[in-house]
Amino acid sequence: MAIFLLRRLAGAVVVLFVVSVITFGLSLLIPGDPAIHIAGEHATREEIAAVRTGLGLDQPVAVRYLSWATAAVTGDLGTSLYNSQPVTEILLERLPVTLSLAVAAMAVAVLISLPLGTLAALRPGGRLDRVISSGTALAVATPSFWLGLMLILALALTVPVFPATGFRPLTDGAGAFAAHLALPAMTLGVAAAVEPTRQLRAALADVLDTDYIRTARAKGLLPLTVVRKHAVRNAAVPFVTVLGLETGQLLGGAVVVEAVFGLPGLGTLAESTVTRQDLPVLQGIVITSTVVVVAANLAVDLAYRWLTPGQETGAAA
Amino acid sequence: MTAITAARRDTLGRRLAGRRDVAVALGVLAVLTLVALAAPLIAPHDPVDQDLLHRLEGPSAAHWLGTDESGRDVLSRLLHGTRVSLGASLLAVSVATVCGVPLGLLAGYLGRGADLVLSRVADALLSIPGLVLAIAIATALGPSLTNAMIAVGVVYAPGFYRVARGATMTVRGQTYIQAAITTGCSTPRILWRHVLPNVGTPLIVKVFLTFGYAILAEASLSFLGLGVQPPLASWGSMLKRAVRYLEQEPMLVILPGLVILVAVLAFNTVGDGLRDALARRDREPS
Repeated sequence: MAIFLLRRLAGAVVVLFVVSVITFGLSLLIPGDPAIHIAGEHATREEIAAVRTGLGLDQPVAVRYLSWATAAVTGDLGTSLYNSQPVTEILLERLPVTLSLAVAAMAVAVLISLPLGTLAALRPGGRLDRVISSGTALAVATPSFWLGLMLILALALTVPVFPATGFRPLTDGAGAFAAHLALPAMTLGVAAAVEPTRQLRAALADVLDTDYIRTARAKGLLPLTVVRKHAVRNAAVPFVTVLGLETGQLLGGAVVVEAVFGLPGLGTLAESTVTRQDLPVLQGIVITSTVVVVAANLAVDLAYRWLTPGQETGAAA
Repeated sequence: MTAITAARRDTLGRRLAGRRDVAVALGVLAVLTLVALAAPLIAPHDPVDQDLLHRLEGPSAAHWLGTDESGRDVLSRLLHGTRVSLGASLLAVSVATVCGVPLGLLAGYLGRGADLVLSRVADALLSIPGLVLAIAIATALGPSLTNAMIAVGVVYAPGFYRVARGATMTVRGQTYIQAAITTGCSTPRILWRHVLPNVGTPLIVKVFLTFGYAILAEASLSFLGLGVQPPLASWGSMLKRAVRYLEQEPMLVILPGLVILVAVLAFNTVGDGLRDALARRDREPS
């Protein structure tokens, strides 16, 4: 287990290193001279030169990357070009909102996919299975922000329980927190439920086709009892794995959903940096969200190991 | 070799023809393509023509789907938006293919060091949330539809890389490749003439599925203000402008969203249908 953990950690470090190079490389994509861009169009030549030396832009790219990366490792992601606030400080303000949204959406995804995946697997090819598979196809094709707008139209404007926009931290009370998060979490959760539903259906259908399940059925157990007592444990592995792998999609989708519902998370932050071309903040968002994704993938690997202990020694489970 | 390929294609075509959903989806795609090509000819009005006396009006004989907040004809904007949205998605898929496929062929064929380095880069790109990466690249390049779709293409390139790499690895050891090496073919020629045609089918599936995602990405980026710039309209930018009038004129929001949904569903259905047909074909003994 220790060797496995070390190997996975090393893999994660390599991924984060490459991501850091890509993220740093973003600053090289900006057309024109970044010093002129930062100093402003009407800056004098001296002012531009001062910005250039101040930001180390006169140094070679490799040197600039090294100083940027060493600072980033210690948690210093630079300062915003817009208001000179430290990027890390801005991110820490926003991250809890996005993480709350992602966790709530994940919960919605489980609440949708667990019953639908199970029901579809009971009779593969049956009417219910076909309806559910059409539903997942529709959900994949629906733009999430549009679904959010439709939910606002259908629920927020008619049922006053759901506020259409805004965010309340958990410290303001669980009720307000949940009410403000309900519609965005539903919006994001529907899309995130698709893959888990399909995986659970496929895995369960496979398990239900095995001899030991046929034996359990022959004993006269009800179909749902068979699923609950015998099949679920074996179908859980791909389900949990695919849920964990949704993290990246959730964080990406959160950007647009936050914009629709006016949640003050990383997504709306990213949206606001677009018009300001505030690259340090954007780089911070890329790094932070990737760290969350890599951590989630690591957790999935560990959960996989824990759920299938037989794989560790290479023996069949 | 040619005879076998022809026979395979034949059964594949027949299997696809048996699926009603795929046939309908192909029909939808044909209509969308025609609309995209002929938008200026079939649109009843100029899509940027403003008529401030007739703002936010419902359907009428002059404006079948009503008018938007500047009095522009919604139907004409949707028709022209088809051209913008599909064209943008085509650009993104092309960028993804051109970046991903050659590198995937190389990594799969050469293996070892090239594979190791390229695959780590692909892993890293795939671990960055797609939309976040697209926003970052598009912002760095400057807001325009072209830049946004180049960014989306880069985000989807690792997917094409993986498909091309995987397919190449399975054909690499085949006798006909060994024969080509023995006869002294250069590596680019082997990849182009012998490997690419045999990894083409999984790539076509990937193209259809990615096209659907690219439409969604274009809509999302335009919704965030990174895509198409006014007065030009795409489906996503129509949604962005209409949000302010959600209560007043909900149809302005509902219509573009429905069009996006139908288009993405059509691309996904064709992609899924092709994939299923291929999977069934590969399971059967030839």
